[in-house]
Amino acid sequence: MNRLLKILFFALVVKPVVFFCLGLNVFFKARLPRTGAAIIVANHNSHLDTMVLMSLYPLLSIHRIRPVAAADYFLSNRFLAWFSLNIIGIIPIKRRAGSAHSTLFDECHNALNNGDILVLFPEGSRGAPEQMSELKRGVHHLIKSRPTLNVAPVFLHGLGRALPKGEALLVPFNCDVVIGEPIAFVDDAKQYIHNVGKALSLLEAQCLTRQCAVTDDQQRES
Amino acid sequence: MFNLPEHSFYMMLFVTLLLVTASVARLLLKVKNPQTDHTELKQRIQSWWWMIIILFGILIASPTVATVFFALLSFLALKEFFSIVPTRQADRRVLLWAYLAIPAQYYWASLNWYGMFIIFIPVYVFLFLPMRAVFIGETKGFIRSLGTIHWALMLSVFCISHIAYLLQLPVLNEQAGALGLVLFLIFITQFNDVCQYIWGKALGKNKIIPKVSPNKTWEGFIGGVATVTIVAGFLAPYLTPLTLLQGLVAGALMAVAGFVGDVVISSVKRDLAIKDSGTLIPGHGGLLDRIDSLIYTAPLFFHYLYYLHY
Repeated sequence: MNRLLKILFFALVVKPVVFFCLGLNVFFKARLPRTGAAIIVANHNSHLDTMVLMSLYPLLSIHRIRPVAAADYFLSNRFLAWFSLNIIGIIPIKRRAGSAHSTLFDECHNALNNGDILVLFPEGSRGAPEQMSELKRGVHHLIKSRPTLNVAPVFLHGLGRALPKGEALLVPFNCDVVIGEPIAFVDDAKQYIHNVGKALSLLEAQCLTRQCAVTDDQQRES
Repeated sequence: MFNLPEHSFYMMLFVTLLLVTASVARLLLKVKNPQTDHTELKQRIQSWWWMIIILFGILIASPTVATVFFALLSFLALKEFFSIVPTRQADRRVLLWAYLAIPAQYYWASLNWYGMFIIFIPVYVFLFLPMRAVFIGETKGFIRSLGTIHWALMLSVFCISHIAYLLQLPVLNEQAGALGLVLFLIFITQFNDVCQYIWGKALGKNKIIPKVSPNKTWEGFIGGVATVTIVAGFLAPYLTPLTLLQGLVAGALMAVAGFVGDVVISSVKRDLAIKDSGTLIPGHGGLLDRIDSLIYTAPLFFHYLYYLHY
């Protein structure tokens, strides 16, 4: 039942909105991991990021894509929790310190064992429109035990203009989705995260709409 | 067939045959040189098939469907424009109002309300958008931003909407109907692109504006204008109320205008250091890359025709 609702939601809402209200310039689509287990690491500017990444997949395999999302935000009320868990299929994760590292990623490991594709935003939260914040080390912790896992970097540009943090009004813009080569595993967490950041900024340079990143101080503060 | 006016029907048939010829020629080329990579040519011709099928489909369906389609075309073009040019984060609400001008503009066209159609964007929207922006209160980059937004609206909404208004003009050439005008405009515009390209490839030597577009040559330009002028002269009496002589002038006007539209959008892309404005049409690039010349030919053809016959 939920699977059907999910397919309907993506077929009737997400895909049409992504096509008409956004419009994507997808570069190197062949690099996108087709099957799991795999991880997509992307920059994060908007709630649309997850929708856009999932919309790249055919309807019948969308249930394989599992965005890893903050429990404190997405499970904050009953409707949002039901929607996030059943329609989007998020893996909730507790952001607050205090929870043990060993159990933190249990559900992520289950999903990977199951052959799913995880979507991770190493920036943690959406941040200011079209600006990258510091990357967190969680990804490295998660894949330490799976050094051969396919980790594909994806850079999204323009979604922070279409629907930035704190806005409910979607303004149509074409957005870029640039997919990179898999990131090789290295033991040193700091080095690994640095590599991820570098891979993402290399992809940013290939964006078609990058010219529009004209920000103004007023918006940066809010 | 499909209750279409005879001349418009034959014109559509002719264009379809041209495309069949192009597809066959490509297949022969593939057989002759199997090593060379023809992916782009293949994509281009495939995209032409889609564009022609969609265009003929909506033109056959009804004037209302066609008007909605051209409104959608304006929307996609405007969105592409706003996406590649620098806009401020503070302008999001202004941009939304700019988008809302599209349904209004096409509604005036569908009502055949010429006075409103012709001043709505150049006067009312022109005065309104800066006012909306002032209430947001961000003055840094105000001039550039508002200039860009209005320019984008003029090009992708005001100019393109003239195609929809052609469908509202009283029919003077009964055998071609209102469709004939649209077919004539779009065919001559695209034919001009192709002619200038072929003449340039064949004879091109002296560059016109190397800084903007290194592939544009005097030979291509003059060859294109001459060919299009003659073809338009003979085609005009068949599809439009224009006489042969008026058709020749229309052809020359559209050939020059099409060239200008092409290089204006090229300048925009060169300024932004991008090659294509988007990836909507495989093998062609973005929508703006395809309709760049139409932006200039549509209003100029419309007003030339309107002055002479309405």
